[in-house]
Amino acid sequence: MGIDRRRIVISDPPHKLEKRVRILFFSAAVLSVVVTVGIVAVLLVDSVVFFKNVSLWDFMMGSEWAPTIKPYRYGVLPILSGTVTFTLTTALIALPVGLLTAVFLAEYAPPRLRAVLKPALEILAGIPTVVYGYFALVYVTPFLRNFFPDISTFNVLSASIVVAIMIIPTISSISEDAIRAVPDKLRYGAYGLGMTRFQTIRTVVLPSALSGITSSFILGISRVIGETMAVTIAAGRMPRIVNLLNLSDTFLKPIQTMTSAMVEVGLSDVSGDSPAYMSLYAVGFLLFLFTLALNLISQKIKKKFREKYQ
Amino acid sequence: MTADKIKNALDKPAWWHSSLVEKGKDKVFIAFAFVAALWGIAALAGLLVYVFSDSLGWVDWQFITSRPSRFAEKAGVWPVLLGSFYLILLVGIMVLPLGVFAAIYLEEYARDGKLKRFIETNIANLAGVPSIVYGLLGLGLFVGLFGLPIGCLLVASMTLMLRVLPIVIVSSQEAIRSVPDSQRFAALGMGMTRWQMISSVVLPEAFPGILTGLILALANAMGETAPLIMVGVAHSIFSPPRGLLSAFGALPLQIFAWSDYPQNEFQHGVVPAAIVVLLTTLILLNGTAVYLRHRFSVKKR
Repeated sequence: MGIDRRRIVISDPPHKLEKRVRILFFSAAVLSVVVTVGIVAVLLVDSVVFFKNVSLWDFMMGSEWAPTIKPYRYGVLPILSGTVTFTLTTALIALPVGLLTAVFLAEYAPPRLRAVLKPALEILAGIPTVVYGYFALVYVTPFLRNFFPDISTFNVLSASIVVAIMIIPTISSISEDAIRAVPDKLRYGAYGLGMTRFQTIRTVVLPSALSGITSSFILGISRVIGETMAVTIAAGRMPRIVNLLNLSDTFLKPIQTMTSAMVEVGLSDVSGDSPAYMSLYAVGFLLFLFTLALNLISQKIKKKFREKYQ
Repeated sequence: MTADKIKNALDKPAWWHSSLVEKGKDKVFIAFAFVAALWGIAALAGLLVYVFSDSLGWVDWQFITSRPSRFAEKAGVWPVLLGSFYLILLVGIMVLPLGVFAAIYLEEYARDGKLKRFIETNIANLAGVPSIVYGLLGLGLFVGLFGLPIGCLLVASMTLMLRVLPIVIVSSQEAIRSVPDSQRFAALGMGMTRWQMISSVVLPEAFPGILTGLILALANAMGETAPLIMVGVAHSIFSPPRGLLSAFGALPLQIFAWSDYPQNEFQHGVVPAAIVVLLTTLILLNGTAVYLRHRFSVKKR
């Protein structure tokens, strides 16, 4: 309390060892910055080589993606469209369920149930995505065929369902923190007015926790964009521009996302200096920029909600 | 904003607060929230039941000790299981000192300022970088720049080490932060230097917490597939790794390769069996972490 232990000055003359360990610890901490610089450098260098062969315009505006099959095409729009479709579908399932889960844990669940539910939910996030991909392909799609007879073997919907299950803990745990941070006096005020719990949650708690909830949503969406194995296994490898207005075309047919396109190039036997190999880095760079932007926004918003009640 | 909301509610007529309709809505909402909280767990439980029942008769000693094969009856996971084991062993050896040192710097040396905030923001962002991008980093840096062999054990473990480093740093920071300051002051008051205080008081006290984080990170690394594909790890391999620079296979990657086989014996036999082996290993790892965390928190009280 009151004393910052890092400011304590030790009066003994500092040993050489003291200085050395300090430098060692500092370098370890700086390593994380070096890793970030490394990621940007690696992605940038090979992307630049790629854009010497393929113009930025063709990459960003091209409507065909065929990096390994002649005639080669490096238009990113089909796989971008696949990523957007997959992310939207997953978000549509995961965001409401994650939020409801958070509300249940924070406002309704008795402590003993909560003590069981929270770790149980954490298990969802700990299962490898390759396993979720298999679940989607072998169990979820045949199950969905009962309701949608014309669903393809590879489709968006089943991949989205399993990835939604996977990211529910991400969304619910941050949202729950935000809901718990809402001071109880606001709730008592609402109850004192004779509100039901649902009215209190709807009119007082959720609006007050909005920034934390938004932050969890953005973080969850960022996870979905970067998710790889489940979409590679279950959503197919068909790069195409999805018509979001035609629902059966959107949900029930195969797509290819940016990540699964990267896996496909990674699995093929392209040589280290071909444009196809370099296209990996261009797509990777785009993916990195998207997730970095979303993560930064999410952190900014999260910091805001932390400061609000201090 | 919140005050406005309460004022809004005050302006509503009295029946709005106490109507039966609202009470009904309250009940419906509880039901919805309860179902939502259980939905993911129930779905997963269902899927696990399927996978375990499909794996019955497939997971046996022969399966664990055999090599992968195109024939379902002969297929096994021994080389890839060993590969995954060496992989997380190497990741653990590399990530533990780096993660703990970084955490010590941030918690015991760095003052609250721009530098510390910058490093911490950076670590938080690294944790959010998709794992496939780490695969590209490993490919570009270790294979492209340093010229290490593609798909070798060393490249894969270094790549995954960078991937899980943020997890280890953050959990070690939490463990170090939970050591009470009174113990530090007592140590310093006895005339210890800062490093003596850290090594003889803080680290032993924080060790179980650090270990918990490490095990969770290793469980994470063991399930990774996408970065391994990017650094060129073999999908199917018939012998266990022979050295740091030798080719190897990993269990999740073998699952991915097998999930492409259309035969029913693979879809509903070999793959579930391999998944059961993987999940059992992960449950053992996570269980150890939970046990350590529990013992740690009991001791603290």
